[in-house]
Amino acid sequence: MIRFKVNGEPIQASIDPETPLLWVLRDNLQLTGTKYGCGMALCGACTVHLDGQPIRACATPVSACAGKNVSTIEKIGASAVGKRVQQAWLDADVVQCGYCQSGQIMSAVALLNTNKNPSDADIDAAMSGNICRCGTYNRVKQAIKMAAAPAAAAPAKSAAKKGA
Amino acid sequence: MDFSKMNLASITDAPAAVPKPSRRKFLQSSAALGGGLVLGFYLPLRDRLAHAQPAPKAVPPNAFLRIGKDGSVTVQVKHLEFGQGVMTSLPMLVAEELGCDWSKVRSELAPAGAAYAHTMFGMQMTGGSSSVVNSWDQLRTVGAQARTMLVQAAANQWKVKPGDCKVENGTILGPGGKKLGFGAVAEAAAKLPVPEKVTLKPASEFRIIGKPTRRIDAPDKVNGKAKFGLDLTAKDIPNLHVALVLHAPMLGGELKSMNADKLKGLPGITHVVESRNFVAVVGKSYWAAKKGRDAIEAQWAVDPKAPKPDSARLKSEYSQAAARPGKVAKKVGDPALVKTAAKSIVAEYDFPFLAHAAMEPLNCTVSYKGDSAELWVGSQFQTPDQVAAAKALGLAPEKVKLNTMIAGGGFGRRANPASDYIVEACEIAKEVKVPIKVIWTREDDMKGGYYRPAYVHRVEAGVDAAGKIAGWDHHIVGQSIVSGTAFEGFLVKDGIDNTSVEGVADTPYDIPNFQCALTTPTKVVTSLWWRSVGHTHTAFVMETMIDELAHAAKADPVAFRTALLTKHPRVLKTLALAAEKSGWGKPAPKGRARGIAVHESFGSVCAQVAEVSIDNGQIKVHKVVAAIDCGLVVNPLTVEAQVQSAIAYGLSAALHGAITLKDGVVEQSNFHDYPVLRGNEMPVVEVHLAPGGDKPTGVGEPGTPPIAPAVANAVFALTGKRVRSLPMKV
Ligand code: FES
Ligand code: FES
Repeated sequence: MIRFKVNGEPIQASIDPETPLLWVLRDNLQLTGTKYGCGMALCGACTVHLDGQPIRACATPVSACAGKNVSTIEKIGASAVGKRVQQAWLDADVVQCGYCQSGQIMSAVALLNTNKNPSDADIDAAMSGNICRCGTYNRVKQAIKMAAAPAAAAPAKSAAKKGA
Repeated sequence: MDFSKMNLASITDAPAAVPKPSRRKFLQSSAALGGGLVLGFYLPLRDRLAHAQPAPKAVPPNAFLRIGKDGSVTVQVKHLEFGQGVMTSLPMLVAEELGCDWSKVRSELAPAGAAYAHTMFGMQMTGGSSSVVNSWDQLRTVGAQARTMLVQAAANQWKVKPGDCKVENGTILGPGGKKLGFGAVAEAAAKLPVPEKVTLKPASEFRIIGKPTRRIDAPDKVNGKAKFGLDLTAKDIPNLHVALVLHAPMLGGELKSMNADKLKGLPGITHVVESRNFVAVVGKSYWAAKKGRDAIEAQWAVDPKAPKPDSARLKSEYSQAAARPGKVAKKVGDPALVKTAAKSIVAEYDFPFLAHAAMEPLNCTVSYKGDSAELWVGSQFQTPDQVAAAKALGLAPEKVKLNTMIAGGGFGRRANPASDYIVEACEIAKEVKVPIKVIWTREDDMKGGYYRPAYVHRVEAGVDAAGKIAGWDHHIVGQSIVSGTAFEGFLVKDGIDNTSVEGVADTPYDIPNFQCALTTPTKVVTSLWWRSVGHTHTAFVMETMIDELAHAAKADPVAFRTALLTKHPRVLKTLALAAEKSGWGKPAPKGRARGIAVHESFGSVCAQVAEVSIDNGQIKVHKVVAAIDCGLVVNPLTVEAQVQSAIAYGLSAALHGAITLKDGVVEQSNFHDYPVLRGNEMPVVEVHLAPGGDKPTGVGEPGTPPIAPAVANAVFALTGKRVRSLPMKV
């Protein structure tokens, strides 16, 4: 029996302790906001927080969660930073297909929880584990800066400029 | 999902029957929006289509648009949403003419249906950067017809003339300050005949089209609510099982024998299905099915006479073929005059196989009920996929409902004329008779056998003493993407697969003595279109060779191109804009150099200037200044996003992408051996619009072709060495 919490709710799991947390969230708890992209801790699509630390749920056996709290994209908006990040994502119109974005947002929130004003290099370091095949990286960076300093950064109207 | 009410108290490997779910909630949300009374339209397809696919006799209601009593406007989107923004841009076309309040607009993906056929291709599909292009007249007409009917209904109620009414933001305004919301007359309007002729607004009156508009689908994609195909659960489809599939390790392998003994004692497994070319393990959850699949021992065989494709061997065969004459696709003047050039260059280029590697691995959910079936899949090819599914299930196509799920990317992989993973899912579903979600792991997806083909190009080109191009003799060698598919008749003409030569045979450069030839070796590796198709390799060769000739002629690369483009004002204008905005001609920051490329594809022109440095043998692209002429711009925010996206996708392949085959086995399996572009490698991409024309042209793909040659030309400026092989190495 493994006891842990998901978004503050207590869970008791009598399951194969090797089951990756990702599939417990997706299949057992039907919290499908956390995505599967590689299963090998290579893409970041499955990023969740374990007691506040960003982890790859696909490579974390559920047994490693014993006694801890897992936070997922479904409830990240309940925290002030999470809410700001989600809003910045909308203001900067970041998402394309959206499949990687739960993981991007979870990584961004973890970054801003420990670094209130990240530099470009800080963002690159914290976010390079999150692959986006749609190539939303420019707007991800812009949104993180907007969330870090909501007053300073203006939301994207269109950065695309009219030329000739 | 109301998380607080969920019973999370305990979970087990073999859960007792789940409480009866609130049935298929997400599928019914649309009905709830309209409050039950909706305005339905079916608008016949445009004439061009008539010969391809007759409009159905029984008119399905609500084909494109529903207006609820609450004034909500729901647009059915006939294309797949897989990142390119159609759930926003297509409703913008409807809303412009409808005159509704944009904040009330919702969008849903349409299921497979004849009403949703592509107006140019005659079947429901998403590809060729054509979603907005083919919907441009169709969906504005839908909006105008609906507006006319709503106004008529209000006018009838007020007993005034429709001409005395106008529409503002979802409200009909009549004489004497009369006012009615769309919702109030929706029901009455639905009973009126659909007007045959409507007049569409001139561009000068557009209020929504052209305005930067944030995505309608974004809110659900930042909070985990958006449902991708992979996210279906037993709450959506009762008794949903999960299937994982074991495939042969080598392309074309067939199952000889298998042993499932090791499955005994594994929890949660319900079925094992053997087929000619796979073994499926079905279980209650991904993890159960995965463990089961990994415990299967299988022996596979390939036809001993079949070729075992091998990348190195193919490359050398292609290279030999490139030195021999090919089939002429285009000839101008006397290409042999290249032999008289004052300075000539003979260059051979090679391109590897590429995987699409969309973020969401392939998956397909099927519920087979014996005499009918329902599918949920992120399909780019609803019509062919529905037909293929029906065939696999032994049903008539009309007995198969195909629901389109939003997809986590696709890039061509979900537009397979063979419907490979969908047919496989149907075969399993037919056998097990429980609803199943077939999940391909990342490894299955990477090794799944449909790739951008490998190519070799050989070019002999030269300039005369005056620095003019004396001749250009070009030979392309590579498999046909469409041979052996239903598209062969349409895209292969006189033995030339247009997707192999597009971008060379139709080059806008004014080259007096020019030839493009093609050799099409037998298909030994299953292949597919990959974002921008033939342009993925043709633009690279054209744009790096033009650059090379410019240097041979001691001319500035922009000036050299300009002189060859006098008959192509759009290309010229776009090239000039990118040059101007990038500071072309001014020194680049220390340690960096710029490279430029311009290419026309999918009706649009994109020019890019890449600013590059090389550090410890690593190519670093710092900045890309892009200019695009994609005709009339519907949503500038989307155009910017798509150009950034297309550049990231092309750069990923240029720097990293290669699928290699050894003895018929794909050597890559996941992102460690098929690396893709990460955030720290992403250049700052500046997008400048060079609008023109009175209708939109393609946006999703035209940004991909120019990036690799622009970077390669910058690498030359830094190192003096030409890049002739992708992915790039320095
Ligand atoms: S799915 Fe976990 S890192 Fe890719
Ligand atoms: S938005 Fe599509 S993978 Fe990131």
